[in-house]
Amino acid sequence: MVPIDDVKKIADLAKLTYAPEELERFVHHFQEILDYFDHLNTAPTEGVEPTYHALGAFSGTPFRPDQTRPSLGCTEAVSNAPQEVDCQFRVPKVIE
Amino acid sequence: MTQINQLSLKQLHNGLKRKEFSVREIAAAFLDRIKAVDGQVRAFLTLDPGRILNDAEEIDQKLRSGELGMGFLTGIPLALKDNIVTQATRTTAGSRILENYLPPYSATVTNRLRQAGALILGKTNCDEFAMGSSTENSAYFPTRNPWDLNRVPGGSSGGSAAAVAAGEAPAALGSDTGGSIRQPAAFCGVVGLKPTYGRVSRYGLIAFASSLDQIGPLAATTADAAMVLQAIAGHDAADSTSAQRGVDNYLVEIGRDVKGLRLGIPKEWFGSGLDPVVETSVRAAVGHLEKLGCSIAEVSLPNTEYAISTYYIIAPAEASSNLARYDAVKYGYRVPNPQDLEDMYKRSRSEGFGAEVKRRIMIGTYVLSSGYYDAYFLKASKVRTLIAQDYEKAFKTVDLLVGPTTPTLPFKLGEKTGDPLQMYLSDVYTVTANLAGIPALSLPCAITRENLPVGLQILGPHFQEGLLLRVAHALEQELGLKRPVLPR
Repeated sequence: MVPIDDVKKIADLAKLTYAPEELERFVHHFQEILDYFDHLNTAPTEGVEPTYHALGAFSGTPFRPDQTRPSLGCTEAVSNAPQEVDCQFRVPKVIE
Repeated sequence: MTQINQLSLKQLHNGLKRKEFSVREIAAAFLDRIKAVDGQVRAFLTLDPGRILNDAEEIDQKLRSGELGMGFLTGIPLALKDNIVTQATRTTAGSRILENYLPPYSATVTNRLRQAGALILGKTNCDEFAMGSSTENSAYFPTRNPWDLNRVPGGSSGGSAAAVAAGEAPAALGSDTGGSIRQPAAFCGVVGLKPTYGRVSRYGLIAFASSLDQIGPLAATTADAAMVLQAIAGHDAADSTSAQRGVDNYLVEIGRDVKGLRLGIPKEWFGSGLDPVVETSVRAAVGHLEKLGCSIAEVSLPNTEYAISTYYIIAPAEASSNLARYDAVKYGYRVPNPQDLEDMYKRSRSEGFGAEVKRRIMIGTYVLSSGYYDAYFLKASKVRTLIAQDYEKAFKTVDLLVGPTTPTLPFKLGEKTGDPLQMYLSDVYTVTANLAGIPALSLPCAITRENLPVGLQILGPHFQEGLLLRVAHALEQELGLKRPVLPR
């Protein structure tokens, strides 16, 4: 059984919170899914290299000349910000 | 005469060329249809009829003045899944966290469709951030299957599939991370194609799992899907994973003969869990392909049993990283009066994301965390290699693979929402194409006695979309399934 403290720690890392009444239901499903993953242990992966990217076999990282180009303007960049001041993102005070 | 909204893209194109109707009349016909049925189907999240009619008139005017040439998609209205960004048109990805998001730019596919003269019809409903197999995870409302309004349209591109099935759009774009184009296409009786990873630009596709996501068409016919793919495929410098490789002429490809093609049947896909009605329909379709001159051989994909675990480790791992961007700073929902930055992050995300998205972020964070990384993420990434090798081996002896798209017929609304693992298991035949990056297509191959469609899946080697479309087209002609007017 995945310890409840582990679940709380993962939620903390993911910047998520669960209400106490949600947590029990969540842990139940979470455990069920982790249990299902267990049979992966039987997969014969001795000496097998991992794959992180489907296109790896076709091309490496593409390069282009490092030239300045126009990008999103300041007004557009902050146009969806919940709070914005002088074309900057405003957040709660971080430094006391 | 057939109603405008029941015409194929080719028929719409020919009608426009012969001046049987204008772009405005096409747009009006689809808007009328949406007005008539979308109250029941609920395929659209965002739709602006005034803007659409204006755009249509503008295209008509440009066609009259000769400013615009008559391309295949000129004047054709197309719907976009709501995780594809559209400049200044609300794009939510089915999430509350993006409820008021007005993208400052458009996706490459959006721009390419516009450049091809297409009319962007509206934004279709989907599972939140494309995470789901029924469109019930949309933060707004579930979409219903036009074949039976008590059933799900599949997901996550359920809105796009339902819109095409109900004649609300002649074709649409979806995105497919683990089956999200093909499974709803199968459930709604339309054609859906997930291209090879890198074939279509992901620039402007709201990211779910970046090594798996791919945009593709949903359409009433194979030829229509080919036309849409032709317009969106090709290299894009704005997406570093986009393939630097020429695009085949899919419309030529679909006309070619299928005689002599070698088709493989993955034996592991016909085991327990497959609905006998689906199996019978798929096997009957395979019989038709044999009649058309294809040879059929049984092949093995021995790592199929690990498909769901591998996918549901890798996709959430990538999602947990991608969705870290929703921090309530740059865009998206911010909780009122946060105590401090940490409180702002946590409460904004917890209120803005739905239960399934939170679950996947949690799974992803867990499988990437120190102590579990090797056992889950690294292990799954190695099994991903095995799954890709299964396909490589199969394609040494056959040209394509054919099998079911889904293990069951469309299920009822609410049937699986209480049991996330059961929902995940319904993706068993679709997730491996994404893990291997290969193209795969779902084609309606039968209509059951209870009047529900069955999807046949065709899979091929990387960049063989033309071959998939060719076989699908030949089978479609051979089967001659009638497209009913839905919902009844």
